[in-house]
Amino acid sequence: MANTTAPSRDLRALPAAPGPLGLLDSTIGQKIVMATTGAILVGFVLFHFIGNALIFAGPEAINDYSHLLHHSHGLIWVARAVLLLAVVLHIATALRLTAKNASARPQPYKVKRDIATNYAARTMVWSGPILLGFLLYHLAHLTFGVTPGPYQHSPEDVYSNLVNGFSIPWVSGLYIVSMLSLGYHLFHGVWSMFQSLGINHSAYNPRIKHAAIGLALFITLGNISIPLSVLLGLVH
Amino acid sequence: MMRLKLHVWRQKSGGTQGSFADYDMTDVSADMSFLEMLDVLNEKLTADGSDPIAFDHDCREGICGACGMVVNGEPHGPRKATTTCQLHMRSFKDGDELWIEPWRAEAFPVIKDLVVDRSAFDRVIQAGGYISVRSGSAPEANSTLVPKLDADAAFDAAQCIGCGACVAACPNASAMLFVSAKVSHLGHLPQGQPERYARVRKMVAQMDAEGFGGCTNHKECEAACPKEISISHIARLNRDLLKAQLTAAEEKKVSESA
Ligand code: HEM
Ligand code: FES
Repeated sequence: MANTTAPSRDLRALPAAPGPLGLLDSTIGQKIVMATTGAILVGFVLFHFIGNALIFAGPEAINDYSHLLHHSHGLIWVARAVLLLAVVLHIATALRLTAKNASARPQPYKVKRDIATNYAARTMVWSGPILLGFLLYHLAHLTFGVTPGPYQHSPEDVYSNLVNGFSIPWVSGLYIVSMLSLGYHLFHGVWSMFQSLGINHSAYNPRIKHAAIGLALFITLGNISIPLSVLLGLVH
Repeated sequence: MMRLKLHVWRQKSGGTQGSFADYDMTDVSADMSFLEMLDVLNEKLTADGSDPIAFDHDCREGICGACGMVVNGEPHGPRKATTTCQLHMRSFKDGDELWIEPWRAEAFPVIKDLVVDRSAFDRVIQAGGYISVRSGSAPEANSTLVPKLDADAAFDAAQCIGCGACVAACPNASAMLFVSAKVSHLGHLPQGQPERYARVRKMVAQMDAEGFGGCTNHKECEAACPKEISISHIARLNRDLLKAQLTAAEEKKVSESA
């Protein structure tokens, strides 16, 4: 029998530099970055939805809330800076990890059966970019009011902006499809976040799993209910 | 007796291209193990003057971790918690078509046919998967007490036979389940404490350098593991690495001044 030896790679890898920055040098550290920035973004989408839901309390409630945010003595800029940093780190780290993972199996299987994973977990690298695209459109639409089409934007009247914007069926459709992507991203992401941070204990695992699914459903269905209510004429 | 159609990955050596070869098996007994089925095929191939199919095996009782191949897309075949050598042909039906492939990972290059080079695992162990003790006479058995729950957890992790099915199953060819089992095994015991945080940093660095992918929490490794090692060990590895990274600076200063 041919006694072939595989390419020798007797590397002696040095551990990452000590300290928090060294986290960027290992796959586990990078997952901890994904999870931490992901947690910041989850916190954001949760509070953002709660703010959005004020539309059901009428024009005054949501417009007052918007006014409060915009006259917060610069606090909104602190929040925006943190969110921007989180988004940039989250995406940059996702790209690095995805590249490493892709090169870890250059030759694919002819036949591969998935047993434990699910659709949401397999499509994180797709639901993520869809969210980025949506994020850019969403900012252009409801923050800057610069999207093309019949939509009328007035910076002081968020309520009317939402009603005007979502009265256009394709705009509502875009929001609904994007929120489904968010749902998938969160379905895997929220549970994954706990595991990546090492929060796994047999006594709490079922509760963590249920809380993750509940949060994903709550944020997704909650956000979808807004364009849907406008389309159905429940909010006008 | 069963008839089977096999498609087996044949590759002369690491540097050459491989492809699937088809074999019709006509007289497979349900009582054969999977490897015995391949032995029968190999006898035939040898008698015909062709090269037998190379595959790794040693104990054939599910404890050494030498065997392993991907059968119809599942590492070690369709039976839960079972190594290829312990898999029996009664797990298949007459007329089945089987695709048999080696572990596929950048870090596990094919040596020949179904045999891959798993020395990447050895280097991960060399990097930190040990404890430093005085050799010589054995210490008195009960001089170091181990709480029952820790002993159980260490034993669960120590069941890992290093077969590599976790890497084979992972969509990212990640070695996290293997590394976490080794880190948990030592880290749960008092003897593993002195090197606990240095160990995790060294082993993770070696794991990454070998070309394994990262974990995206698919849980395929846990499902494929013949020893049913839990991904709770991966969470513990993540915890230990985080703590090790954040506390490593101090360790360094102490050793410098010493
Ligand atoms: C903007 C573009 C985005 C991209 C390209 C992206 C990509 C990814 C990728 C590749 C992962 C790792 C998948 C895995 O571990 O299986 C991930 C995880 C995650 N993402 Fe995103 N994502 C994006 C936006 C978001 C947003 C807006 C949120 C929050 C609502 C979010 C929350 C999370 C969470 C919580 C995780 C789990 C972290 C972990 O596994 O530890 N992501 N993302
Ligand atoms: S040959 Fe030893 S575990 Fe299969």
